[in-house]
Amino acid sequence: MNGLRLENLSFLGRGPYTFAVEPGQVLGLHGASGAGKSLLLRAIADLEPHEGHLCLDQTACNEISGPHWRRQVAYLPAESFWWHERVGQHFRVPPEASWLQKLGFTSEVMDWEINRLSTGEKQRLAIFRLLQNRPKALLLDEPTASLDQGSISRVENFILDYLKENSAPAIWVSHDPVQLKRVASRRFEILVGGEMRELA
Amino acid sequence: MNVIPLGAFELSLASLLVLLLAFLSFWHRLEIERPLLIAALRTAVQLSLIGLVLNVVFSTVNFYLVVLIWSLMLAAAGWEVMSRQKVRVKGPARFLIGTSSMLVSSFSIMVLTLTLVIKVEPWYSPRYAIPILGMLLGNTMNGVALAMNTFSNLAWTRWQMIEQRLALGQTSVEAIEDIWRESVRTGLIPIINSMAAAGLVSLPGMMTGQILAGNTAGEAVRYQILIMFMISSGTGFGVILSLWLMRRKMFDARERLRLRESFYRVEPVGSKK
Repeated sequence: MNGLRLENLSFLGRGPYTFAVEPGQVLGLHGASGAGKSLLLRAIADLEPHEGHLCLDQTACNEISGPHWRRQVAYLPAESFWWHERVGQHFRVPPEASWLQKLGFTSEVMDWEINRLSTGEKQRLAIFRLLQNRPKALLLDEPTASLDQGSISRVENFILDYLKENSAPAIWVSHDPVQLKRVASRRFEILVGGEMRELA
Repeated sequence: MNVIPLGAFELSLASLLVLLLAFLSFWHRLEIERPLLIAALRTAVQLSLIGLVLNVVFSTVNFYLVVLIWSLMLAAAGWEVMSRQKVRVKGPARFLIGTSSMLVSSFSIMVLTLTLVIKVEPWYSPRYAIPILGMLLGNTMNGVALAMNTFSNLAWTRWQMIEQRLALGQTSVEAIEDIWRESVRTGLIPIINSMAAAGLVSLPGMMTGQILAGNTAGEAVRYQILIMFMISSGTGFGVILSLWLMRRKMFDARERLRLRESFYRVEPVGSKK
């Protein structure tokens, strides 16, 4: 039983949620703002206390430490935060040059100052930062929200390649139903009360 | 003892200066006159009362009486630390974290000083035990209050950054390490500065007091060095212990940030709206 599995997961009066994302599969999620899409991702990343069962491949969330779980089940928040002065300081190992190239950077980007980055640059760099732990599952909260059309398809392809190469499951939150049709094999909508229903 | 006596007239001259400062603050709408006057009044009343108490306590050597005074001093310091926090832990911990850190650091250092360094007989002789704890606590209190306030304030404003670091798989200790470092520094900088300036810029209060009271300068200097070392280590241990306790409240067993759940923000007193 591989993949990301939720059984009766509930948190903050929401749920229970029961669904599974198979290895390499993308589950698309959309819904009105405030419906709790981010909250669901945070709970799966074990950043919110939750009840019920949560496991990745053969490992249950509560069998390993919180940080260990979060290195494997990587959550990309809608807004990225940076705490050092330069990009490179946020990386233990700089990303491979081929990766950087795919999203339109050269290796010089590691010397750039955080203050000078545009929102779109931050968003793309945050994806590299997320993937440096080689996570086994991705939770993506609007990963292309502040990108132009050209970058959007590059980022989509980059993430989909990663998922395919690593047979990693992903949950992809987006406001754009057309994007979800492109990237996701199953799509769900979260209603304002927190209820989830599958879209045909 | 050949100290020149101070009377009511001399003290009221000094109080005029404080009133003048308060007036200046009022005139320029600095809004600091109220806290200034209240603090000045507290100094006068509290010191007069403790003067009366100390007269009684110094005349007897009663262990339980000394313990009672120590406890009152500690509770007052703990209360002061708590009331200087803008972001506080919920529940009794808001008082207990500061208080217990000062208890462990200041008390153990005081006992060490009294028994191994000064070697008073008996070790709890109030004439030594009370002023030494007072000096230790006074400084530790400042350091602990500054450090705790910095720590909780920075965490409160930078919570998204902490969560970002947790989301990347960092441990709670890693996720808050720069805030931790900044807070420890903030707590220790006053005492480090005063050690660095001692003798060059300032003659510390206790040494000045001893000299005024007619002690030799050499004796006063040796006591002052001892006290400075004790104060700086006491402050350092107190600061680290209090931040360590506070950090434990900030994260749960799964190393999730529990800031909104376990802390609350106090609106500054006297702020408008």
